[in-house]
Amino acid sequence: MKNTNPVFKVKSFATKQSIKLSEKTMVKTASASNFLTDLADVFLFIVQFFRETFSRNFEFREFLRQCFQIGYKSLPLISITGAIIGLVLTIQSRPVLIKFGAVTMLPGMVAISLIREMGPVITALLCAGKIGSGMGAELGSMKVTEQIDAMEVSSTNPMRFLVVTRIWAAIIMIPLLILYADAFGILGSWAGANIKGDVSFFLFFSQAFSNVKFMDFLPAVIKSFFFGAVIGFVGCYKGYNAGRGTESVGVAANSAVVLASLLVIIVDMVAVQITDMLTS
Amino acid sequence: MNTEQTEQSDINSPSKTTNEAVIEIKNLKKSFGQQEVLKNVTLKLLKGENLVVLGKSGSGKSVLIKCIVGLLKSDSGKIDVFNKNVNILNRKELDELRQKIGFLFQSGALYDSMTVKQNLEFPLRRIKKDLTEKEIEEKVTEVLENVGLADALHKMPSQLSGGMRKRISLARTIVVDPMIMLYDEPTTGLDPVTSDEISALIIEVQKKYKTSSIIITHDIKCARKTANRMVMLAEGEVLLEGKTADFENSTNPIITSFFQ
Ligand SMILES: Nc1ncnc2c1ncn2[C@@H]1O[C@H](COP(=O)(O)OP(=O)(O)OP(=O)(O)O)[C@@H](O)[C@H]1O
Ligand SMILES: [Mg+2]
Repeated sequence: MKNTNPVFKVKSFATKQSIKLSEKTMVKTASASNFLTDLADVFLFIVQFFRETFSRNFEFREFLRQCFQIGYKSLPLISITGAIIGLVLTIQSRPVLIKFGAVTMLPGMVAISLIREMGPVITALLCAGKIGSGMGAELGSMKVTEQIDAMEVSSTNPMRFLVVTRIWAAIIMIPLLILYADAFGILGSWAGANIKGDVSFFLFFSQAFSNVKFMDFLPAVIKSFFFGAVIGFVGCYKGYNAGRGTESVGVAANSAVVLASLLVIIVDMVAVQITDMLTS
Repeated sequence: MNTEQTEQSDINSPSKTTNEAVIEIKNLKKSFGQQEVLKNVTLKLLKGENLVVLGKSGSGKSVLIKCIVGLLKSDSGKIDVFNKNVNILNRKELDELRQKIGFLFQSGALYDSMTVKQNLEFPLRRIKKDLTEKEIEEKVTEVLENVGLADALHKMPSQLSGGMRKRISLARTIVVDPMIMLYDEPTTGLDPVTSDEISALIIEVQKKYKTSSIIITHDIKCARKTANRMVMLAEGEVLLEGKTADFENSTNPIITSFFQ
């Protein structure tokens, strides 16, 4: 213990570190083999969610508060991005359409690509970042600082109070945010069309929507609900199951964003396949 | 709040204890993975008494009381609270039982997104559902005055100091008049004056509401003041159980290092 020889110190430091490192790898391999139990955990989480949703005491006030947090607080971000996407899409497609002599198709084309794909996916990815990470961090820190335990002992079901309200708020608000983004996208597109040309807003709008059919709308709306569900579930699951210690809050928030974004893309792919099968 | 008063109540309170056990723990065992935290713990909390649990850091004191309220599931052994086995209760029965138990978390566990007022109202509205708005307000003011923080009503937890958080969290625990109180280090990190006040408050709660309490603490001064009985945990087992005097006369080196 009392050895002050620097070489000895370095050596003992090195052994300590290598022990720590090997412990970490052991933990890693152990967690890899726990894949199946993780899967069971996720399944249980989803089952619990549905059971608590249909229990008698739905936490309506907390649900409204979450709708406000998720919906209203995201409006600035979604408006700006929506408008810019519409604008950029218009400016980019214009020269190509001119080449083919089809410039009159511009509003319709932009509207369709916004409503079918760009609006939903980009909004969902933004929400995965903003809302998913927010849920992961908030619930994670509540878990780490024992606030979830505190709720439990004051005979409040934290699953019902925290998780069910957040997931339903996400399922309902994210599709609304997506419609909102579509609207701002078309506004942005009109602005883009006006940089080089001169189209009245009314004409632009009627041109845009004369091309959009109900079957462009419906699949997009349906998949929006799934985006909302994916973001809500992942954010809450990661936060609610955060480990002990403050670093796990960061881990929860980060992995919530990564997994939610990935799942949004995958859900989108599946949705497109299904729509394609059903409509062709 | 002066020492005379607290000493007096210390002498008075043991006479009120009866031999009826409100919590009875038998051969409790709890491990996390490879680590055996509690190996074999057997103890009783009698009605109306203050039981101080001592033990060095990491000896499993917090784990013990979390097992009592069912936040952690014990591996084996039996925990009876009001003659009900905690391990076999369903969610609803457990909720009913928990309404009678106050739990002060070591970390405070104040809800970050709520003001002090909302923090205190949260358990009140959920446990005592028949209170009117006026009664809730009165109750909140009363407990805040008890912990000496009446002016913190509209603050957010992030605006409070560590000691203030601890006191608010104590207020949130006692606001529902629980029959059993589990204090996890109520005076840690507080200055000596506030510590004494908290110790006095613990005794006052015991006398006023006839609560039975388990008090986990490293603070020997607080332990001496509040204890009717003490228990020392070491190596996952009960090392010694007895009155304050038994601990002071003990020759076990772990115990003497606490009591010098
Ligand atoms: N949920 C958990 N998962 C894994 N290990 C845990 C968990 N809770 C506690 N432990 C471990 O159990 C041991 C005892 O923890 P506990 O918090 O009960 O100690 P304590 O006696 O309260 O200490 P302190 O006086 O420092 O609060 C520690 O080694 C801790 O790492
Ligand atoms: Mg502890």
